[in-house]
Amino acid sequence: MTAAASALAMAPVRSRARPDGWLLAALAIAAVALLPLLALAWTAAQGSDAWPHIVANVLPQAARNTLWLLLGVGALSVAIGTGSAWLVTAYDFPGRAVMAWALLLPLAVPTYIVAYAYLDLLHPLGPVQGAIRSVLGHEGPREFRLPDIRGLAGCIVLLGLVLYPYVYITTRAMFMTQAAGLLEAARTLGASRAAVFRRVALPLARPAIAVGAALALLETLGDIGASEFLGVQTLTVSVYTTWVTRSDLPGAAQIALSMLVVVVAVIALERSGRRRAGYASAMRPRPMQPQRLRGAAGWGALALVALPVVLGFVAPATHLAIESGQRIVDGTGVSPMLWRSTWNTLRVALLATAATLAAGLVLAWALRLAQARRRTRLATAALRIGSLGYAVPGTVLAIGLLAPLAWFDDGANLLLRAAGLEPRMLLMGSLGALVLAYMLRFLAIAGGGVEAGLARIAPSLDQAARGLGAAPRRMLARVHLPLLRPALAAAALLVFVDAMKELPATLLLRPLGFETLATWLYADAARGAYEDGALAALLIVLAGLLPVILLARTGLTYGHEVAPA
Amino acid sequence: MPAFPRLVRLFTPVAALLLVACGGSPAPAPTADAEAAADPGELNLYTTREPGLIQPLLDAFTAQTGTRVNTVFVRDGLLERVRAEGERSPADVLMTVDTGNLLDLVDAGQTRPVQSQVLADAIPAHLRGADGQWFALSLRDRILYADKDLALDGFTYEQLADPKWKGKVCIRSGQHPYNTSLIAAMIAHHGAEATETWLRGVKANLARKAAGGDRDVARDILAGICEIGIANAYYVGRMKNEAEGSEQRQWGDAIQVIRPTFAIDGGGTHVNISGAAVALHSPNRDNAVKLLEYLVSDEAQSLYAKANYEYPVKAGVELDPVVASFGPMQVDALPLARIAEHRRQASELVDRVGFDN
Repeated sequence: MTAAASALAMAPVRSRARPDGWLLAALAIAAVALLPLLALAWTAAQGSDAWPHIVANVLPQAARNTLWLLLGVGALSVAIGTGSAWLVTAYDFPGRAVMAWALLLPLAVPTYIVAYAYLDLLHPLGPVQGAIRSVLGHEGPREFRLPDIRGLAGCIVLLGLVLYPYVYITTRAMFMTQAAGLLEAARTLGASRAAVFRRVALPLARPAIAVGAALALLETLGDIGASEFLGVQTLTVSVYTTWVTRSDLPGAAQIALSMLVVVVAVIALERSGRRRAGYASAMRPRPMQPQRLRGAAGWGALALVALPVVLGFVAPATHLAIESGQRIVDGTGVSPMLWRSTWNTLRVALLATAATLAAGLVLAWALRLAQARRRTRLATAALRIGSLGYAVPGTVLAIGLLAPLAWFDDGANLLLRAAGLEPRMLLMGSLGALVLAYMLRFLAIAGGGVEAGLARIAPSLDQAARGLGAAPRRMLARVHLPLLRPALAAAALLVFVDAMKELPATLLLRPLGFETLATWLYADAARGAYEDGALAALLIVLAGLLPVILLARTGLTYGHEVAPA
Repeated sequence: MPAFPRLVRLFTPVAALLLVACGGSPAPAPTADAEAAADPGELNLYTTREPGLIQPLLDAFTAQTGTRVNTVFVRDGLLERVRAEGERSPADVLMTVDTGNLLDLVDAGQTRPVQSQVLADAIPAHLRGADGQWFALSLRDRILYADKDLALDGFTYEQLADPKWKGKVCIRSGQHPYNTSLIAAMIAHHGAEATETWLRGVKANLARKAAGGDRDVARDILAGICEIGIANAYYVGRMKNEAEGSEQRQWGDAIQVIRPTFAIDGGGTHVNISGAAVALHSPNRDNAVKLLEYLVSDEAQSLYAKANYEYPVKAGVELDPVVASFGPMQVDALPLARIAEHRRQASELVDRVGFDN
C-alpha cells in the first residue's frame, strides 16, 4: 500500500524528468517516412516544362476518373461490407458461420489478378458469355455479346468486390463488440429490423465504416494493376505515363504530390467519420444474440452474403485453379523458380510485417502516452505522416526511396572505408530496401489498427496502471499488449497479405535474382501471357488464404473471447 | 494477467518464423552480390525485358562460356535505379525493349562506349550508336492483325484513320511505348499537325477502349469485337506455334498478318528494337562485351528468331517458318534515334486527343 502510494506520488515527476523516448522514436519513424516524400518534392522542384500540358490535358480527365473511381468503390465497398457484416452479426441463417469468415476471402486476391481473371471470364470467348449465348441460341460472339468490362464501371465493380473486406472486418468487429446491448434494447422497444439497422447499428458503426472505407479508398488510389489493365486513366496511371513514357520524372513527381491532396482528403474524411466516437468502454463487451431467420428469409440472407464471396473470390480463384491445372497437366506450369519465389515472398512479407507492426506500435503508443498528457500535436503528426506512404503508389514511393537509400549506403560506406573494408550496397538492392519500402507503404494499416485497438481500451485503465506505479513500458507490456492482441494480430495479418501482393515497389527495389510470386506473375503478364502466370497467381491467393482465415478467427471472434466466461 | 502468457504463446512462433526468414537464404544476399561483382565468372544483367524471353539465350551463353548470368527484371525505373546505385552498382549490361529507354540511359551518361569489330560487323550502322554506346539486338515490327476473311493489300499506317474502319479497330493503350514509338515515327514523317488529325481519326475508329495487351487484338478479332488492329509481330509467332486447338492457337489462326508501311516514297514498316548497353560502372566489363557479342552471333540471332519470333538484326539468319511467312520486311528507313526524339511529343498528343479515354 505504501509502495503504491509513493509510486503514485513519484509518477509525474519521473515523466517530466525523462525525455520521452517513445515520442522521439515515433518522430524518428515519421522522419524516415517523410524522406521519400521529401526526395519526391525535391525531384518535383527540379521543374518540368510539361506542367502546362499536364494541367491542360492530363489532370482534368485523370482527376475526374479518380474521383468517380473513389466514389464508386467507396459506395460499393461500404454497401457490401456493412450490409454483410450486419447480416452475419444480427441474424442467424444457414451457412452463416462459414460466411462470417468466407466474406474475408477476397482480401487474398490482388486487384491486378482479379482484373486478369475477369477479363478472361467475361470475354466474349469466355465461359459466361458462351453460356448466355448457348441459352439464347446464338451461334457466335458476332451475333450477340455483352458490353466490354474495360472501363470505369468495370473497374469500380472489380475493385469494390475485392476491397469491401476492409469495411467488413472493421464493421463486423464493431457490431460484435459494441452494439449488443443497445441493439437488443432497441429490439425490445419494438423497433423494426430496418429501424434497428438504420437508427442504431449504422450510427454506432460509423467510425468502423470510416476506418475500413479509408483503407479501401487508399488501396484504390494506389492501384495501378487493375486500372491500367482496364484502361482507366487515373492519377496514378498518369504518374506512370508521365514518368515512363515521357521520361519526365519531375512531372510525375508533381502529379504524385498533387495526389497527396486527395490522400489528405480521404484521411480527413475518415477522421470526421470517427469524431465524437468516444466508444472506449471499460465494461467487457458482450456478444450479440443473433435473430434466427427462417425459411426463405434465411436462404435469402445466405444468397446475399454469398454473392460477394462468389464474385470476389470463388470465381477468380476457380478460374486460376483451372488454368493452373491445365498447365500442370501440360507440364509447363511448375518450375523450381516458382517454389523459390514462393519462399522469397513469404520471407520478405514476414520480415516486413514484423518491422511494420513494431513501427506502428511505437507510433500509436506514443500518441496514447501523449493523450494522457494532453499534448498530442507532435505524436498525432508522427502517426499521420507515417500513414502517408499507403496512399502513394508503390513505384512512386520506391522512386522516392532511391535517393535516401543511396544516402544511407554512402554514409555506411564512409564507415566501411574508414574501417578498411570494401564499399558495398547495404540497403539498396538488398532485402533491407524491400522491407523498408513495405514498412513505409503499410505503416498506415499497422498504426491505424493499433490506434483503433487502443481507443477501445478505456483511459481509466491507464490511469489505474500509472497510479499503481507502472512506467509506460511496463504498462504497455502488462496491460495494453494483452488487450491489444486481437488488434495487433489483425493488423499483422492485413500487412502480411498486402506485403505479399505488393508488386510495383518490389519490381524496382528487389535484389538481383530475387523473384517473388508477384514479380514472377508480372513477368508472364508483361509478355502478354498472363494466363501462364496462373499458377503464381493461384499461389499468391493460396498463400494469402491462411492469414485471411487466421484474421477471420482473431479479428472476428475476439468479441467472444473477451466476453465473460 | 493471465492473457500475457497467451500473448507470448502467440508471438513465439512468429519470432521463430522470423529467425527462419532472416537466416537460410537460397537467394543471393547483397554481400554475395558484391563479391560476385569481383568474380570474373559472373555477369549482372539489369533488364526491362521479361526474363522468360531471354533466359534461353542466357543459358546458351552460360553453357558456352561458363559465365553465370544474374538478372533482375526492372520494368520501370531502370535508369533511376542504376543512377542511385552509382559506382557501387553491380550492373554490367543494361537491356531494354524500347529504343527510347535505351537512349535515355545513354543520354543520362549511364553507359560506356564499347569498341568491338564483332558488334560493328553484325549490326547495321543505323541500329547502333555511332559511338558504341548502345546496340540493337533484335527488331520488333509493329504490324496489322486483320480478320482472316478480309481482303487487304498494301495497307498503310495512315489508312488506320480511314472512316471505313469506324468501330472496327483494336489497339492497346496509346501511352504504351510500342504505340508512342509508332506515333513518333508518324510525327517524324508527316509532322505533328497531320499526326494529330490522323490520331483523332484512329480514335474515332476504335471498337473498344485502347487497353489490354497486343494479343488481345487477335483474341478480340476472333470474338468479333474488331476487324483490324495494330500489334507486334512476334506475338503471332507465339500464338501460331501453340498446340493445335489451344486458345492461343485459335486466336492466332483467326487473323492474317499484314506488314503496313508509311504512305510515302520508300516508306517501310515501323520497327522498335530490343537493345543493350554496357553499364557505366560495370564491374565485369569483359564479360559484358562477351555477352553482347554472343547475342549477335548466328546462333543467338537464330534463337531470337526461333524462340522469341523476333526479327534478327543480323542479315542472313534463318527465321521461324511463321515469321518467314509474313514475307520480306522493308524496315522504315528513319533512324531510330530520330523517332525517339519525337517520343514525348507523341505521348502528349495521345493525351491531347484523349486516345485512351
